Amino acid sequence: MDVFIKNLGLLINATLISTPPLLYAALGSCMSERSGVVNIGIEGMMTLGAFVGAAVGYYTENAWLAFLCGGLAGALVALIHAVVCITFNADQTITGTAINFLAPGFALFISRRLFDDSTDTPPIADAGRLPKILNGVFPAGSFWNNVLNVHVACIICFVLVAVIYFVFYKTRFGLRLRAVGEHPEACDTLGISVSKTRYICVILSGFLSGLGGAYITLATINQFRPAVIVGQGFIAISAVIFGKFTPQGAMLACLLFGVCDGIKSLSAMTNAVSPNLISMIPYIVTLVTLILFVGRARVPAANGKPFIKSK
Amino acid sequence: MKKNKILEGNALYTVIAIIIGFLVGAIVVGCGGLSPAAVYGKLIDGIFSKPKFIFNSVVYAIPLILAGLSVAFSFRTGVFNIGAEGQFVVGSLVSCVLGIKLNLPSWLLVPICLVAAAAAGAVWSSLSAIMKVTRGINEVLSFIMLNWIAFYLSNYVVNLKGIKADGREATVDILPAASIKFPKAVTDALGCNTFNWGIVIAVVAAIIIWYIINKTTLGYELRAVGFNKYAATYGGINSNRAIVTAMAISGALAGLAGATQILGNAGRIAQFAGQEGYGFQGITVALIGGSDPIGCIFAGLFYGAMKYGGSKLGMVHAPKEIMDIIMGAVVIFIAVAHVFRSLFYSMIDHSRQKKAAKAAAAAGAKHGEAE
Amino acid sequence: MSENIAQTSGSGKEPEMAIEMRDIVKKFGDFTANDHINLKVHVGEVHAILGENGAGKSTLMNVLYGLYRPTSGEIYVRGKRTEIRDPSHAIRLGIGMVHQHFMLVQPFTVTENIVLGDEPMRGLMVDIKTARKRVMELSERYGMAVDPDAHVEDISVGMQQRVEILKVLYRGADILILDEPTASLTPQEIEELMQIIRNLTADGKSVILITHKLKEIKACADYCTIIRQGKYIDTVKVSDVSENQLAAMMVGRNVTFAVEKKEQKPGDVVLDVRDLRGKDYRGAEILKGLNLTVHKGEIVGLAGVDGNGQSELVEILTGLRKADSGSVKMDGREVLNETPRKLFDAGITSIPADRQKYGLVLEFSVAENLILQNYKKLPFAQHGVLQKDQIAAHAEELIQHFDIRPANSASHPAGTLSGGNQQKVIIAREITNDGELLIAVNPTRGLDVGAIEFVHKYIVEQRNKGRAVLLVSFELDEIMSLSDRIEVIFDGKISGSVNGKDADEKELGLMMAGGKHEEE
Repeated sequence: MDVFIKNLGLLINATLISTPPLLYAALGSCMSERSGVVNIGIEGMMTLGAFVGAAVGYYTENAWLAFLCGGLAGALVALIHAVVCITFNADQTITGTAINFLAPGFALFISRRLFDDSTDTPPIADAGRLPKILNGVFPAGSFWNNVLNVHVACIICFVLVAVIYFVFYKTRFGLRLRAVGEHPEACDTLGISVSKTRYICVILSGFLSGLGGAYITLATINQFRPAVIVGQGFIAISAVIFGKFTPQGAMLACLLFGVCDGIKSLSAMTNAVSPNLISMIPYIVTLVTLILFVGRARVPAANGKPFIKSK
Repeated sequence: MKKNKILEGNALYTVIAIIIGFLVGAIVVGCGGLSPAAVYGKLIDGIFSKPKFIFNSVVYAIPLILAGLSVAFSFRTGVFNIGAEGQFVVGSLVSCVLGIKLNLPSWLLVPICLVAAAAAGAVWSSLSAIMKVTRGINEVLSFIMLNWIAFYLSNYVVNLKGIKADGREATVDILPAASIKFPKAVTDALGCNTFNWGIVIAVVAAIIIWYIINKTTLGYELRAVGFNKYAATYGGINSNRAIVTAMAISGALAGLAGATQILGNAGRIAQFAGQEGYGFQGITVALIGGSDPIGCIFAGLFYGAMKYGGSKLGMVHAPKEIMDIIMGAVVIFIAVAHVFRSLFYSMIDHSRQKKAAKAAAAAGAKHGEAE
Repeated sequence: MSENIAQTSGSGKEPEMAIEMRDIVKKFGDFTANDHINLKVHVGEVHAILGENGAGKSTLMNVLYGLYRPTSGEIYVRGKRTEIRDPSHAIRLGIGMVHQHFMLVQPFTVTENIVLGDEPMRGLMVDIKTARKRVMELSERYGMAVDPDAHVEDISVGMQQRVEILKVLYRGADILILDEPTASLTPQEIEELMQIIRNLTADGKSVILITHKLKEIKACADYCTIIRQGKYIDTVKVSDVSENQLAAMMVGRNVTFAVEKKEQKPGDVVLDVRDLRGKDYRGAEILKGLNLTVHKGEIVGLAGVDGNGQSELVEILTGLRKADSGSVKMDGREVLNETPRKLFDAGITSIPADRQKYGLVLEFSVAENLILQNYKKLPFAQHGVLQKDQIAAHAEELIQHFDIRPANSASHPAGTLSGGNQQKVIIAREITNDGELLIAVNPTRGLDVGAIEFVHKYIVEQRNKGRAVLLVSFELDEIMSLSDRIEVIFDGKISGSVNGKDADEKELGLMMAGGKHEEE
């Protein structure tokens, strides 16, 4: 029984550790998609965020500054997406594809120039890493201590789910952003600026994705390597579709991926089943859940369509 | 009149986008403290200075052309095949395993490997198609899931006993009979030991796909459904069947791309650390090629050359990732081609108006003189 | 022009001016949509703007509402010269617009839609309670019943329109622009709308009514400004002119509304629908045992309010929807729930309601669209290969015969054609398909007078050739002028049937609203 509780604690902890990068990015994707802008460049924004976070962390040894810079780097890339898609009405999927080449290209390019032609940043000193504040609140080795052995940034992202839920469904900005994603023409006739709303949402989506990337390099691992972002952005997008474009739904979907990741990292110690087979589980579970229970998600009506204002 | 045709078509804007892409690349290189001239010089040198470099570029282009065709075909039939990556992986996996395990003569083994790889790709994409038409599941979501399932499936199979090679994280090599490399005498003469029949397969595939899309009733059906499912259904086309057919063909092309890479070039599959990226590079090829099958041949060659040339930039201590930046910039400027188009049109209008105004002014002046 | 106004408003005290637009010009590239247009609207009056589709009415109103900036011209609001920058500026000036295509967010509630853009707040949160209360107050004050908590996607077209008007009133508008407000309303709902308009003007509001329906102008407008091809024609006092005079000013020539139709006895039954039951897209039963027959050589008009099952009936007849039970016979052969292809082969052709959604592949060329059902058949295809020359020749022939413009449009994408010419492409295709039965759904919606005459001519020609025609239309006038027999659909059943010649609008309207036909 004790062993079970201990393992449960460790599993919850492993889940809480692997969920945040996905959840940050998924919340970002959610903002963008709900305002009517498809953003498949999340992956690229995460990569640049991860690199910038690691680089700033390495040089300044200030974790929070590094974390923030990771977010800003993502936001900057998102700004490109916003200008091209919102101001110039370009195809959002094409632009997102381009972003996924551009942003990681930049990250590795800068890395090679800064760190002696290496695509890996040097390890970040402990001071440059995100802190864990709940360690020691409970006795060492206890269930709660095992569970809460997480970084502050992990707690923040779950708080953000509540915040974004509140913004979406209770505030003026949320009402308008959902309206813009459904019927931009109607918003235009009511004096709501479609492009301003979308700019804000897209830039925030980049900021959150950048934070997700920086979380990996500043909390999970203590350096940047090209292989730290290998498709998490796309999984985040899937989580948003799976979660029916709501922040709470996306969170549940991210936790599903997180649990499977947790099981994988725990079972890696025992080596009983091929880790490759375990790795497939979240994707298969997602598909089976969709087939059996969820079916079609209601996509925001104006999603992916440029809004062309006539003058 | 002729001028307008150029302005209407896509080629001009693709060329403009490529030029701007290189300009962006030059700026980035310059900001990175490197000489753009040296970097681009090395790039051009690395692609064109020896015949064997050109052949190597072609070898790089083969899977890109086919992956690009796969995505272009999906664009033309109204689906966004973001799952070409996974279809590529299952295609390469199936061809690799068969190429290792089937002890058959070459004339039988090669077609079996190619057909099986195409079939595997088709099945993989059909899964998404069937989920889409029967349960309304967003294909972008199912494609991404299937990409990852393929990824881990490949890594799983690579590590199986009897397939994994001792001492390295990869499969054993395929049987020589499964190889589609040109005979040794030819590759020696070309100076490129990986030159293979894949280029012929890719070009023939492009021509066939072009013919299907533009000339056949099947192409009419698939395009109609892609543009407007409702009107197609109203016109008596079974749109669900058309969607599955279109996605299966697209998947088959991606699977074939995977097979050519294994049978023609790599000869084995290594354990993946991250996704290979052929699917996403295929999207780029399709976009540069204007979603046209023949355009994909040229776009694939261009991308292949960039990839091959880019791999040599380390020699001048330039990051090879500059290629990704250039390609990304090219795609962005293709995405805003319509802005250039209207810019050109308004410039033409403007100069016409100016001319007209000048003519009118001249006429007015004459009139004034007469008075 | 201006004398006219002086003349008509000369009697009694001059009412205050609400809106004046002087010499408005609006160009889109080379195209002049508004060519020196003038408009004067007084406080408390209903001012109609009459013109054909494409005459420039909507453009003028979009200029007034700040959606477009005029190329030149001046706008005065309550006597003060104003440059209206954008819709929110117009809203602040007390101008509100109800668009022809409703501007409602489907998954939002009625209340959310009404307050969107001007939400009452409590701290950081939108105060939905207060919002709801204000909506209820407005709805009672002007006699417009709405359910504040219902989602817009679940409410009737009539209620959606009331929501649109409330949206404008909520913003404190005292000048209301209504753009073709009666497009899909029943006669009774139109009567209710007229009452709402009277309530509004009684409350001191001014209403600008954009329409091409003369009857409505006669029913409720005080003045009428006529626009033709972007040009100002005249402003008249409605009580001084007849409907025919208005029509002549709108079209620029005399028009006959009657369609010429030779006497003809209907032949054998072609379409026989028995006890048809089916669900709508939400899964609620909408066809509740419908019976309908159409004979050779007759036009049967199906009259009814949108949402009573006519769309579902047509979708079942053309194979786009499956029925739950019943029977559909073509020439005596059961074809219930067959595929669109089989139904087409059985002789059912149709002019669909939504020409851009169902009728055409807009990205396809006109030539490709003209073979939409026959692309697999000789001579257009052989052994699975399209025969380009045959397809082109076919297109040339139809373009010429049906006067599709531009004349060289065979290779142009259908989406580049005007609405009227797109409809001509569909008519050309379906008349050439020449099935036993032609189903025409709102075939003249959004078309101008010339195109309407064209469409009607071909529908009658099919009947005269001995084909069966089922005409489904929300335009009662169209049904009454074309049909040999009129069937009224209400709540998923035929609620009454009248001979085309004996049809009376009031009686039909009553049946459409669920009242029983006296003879039944």
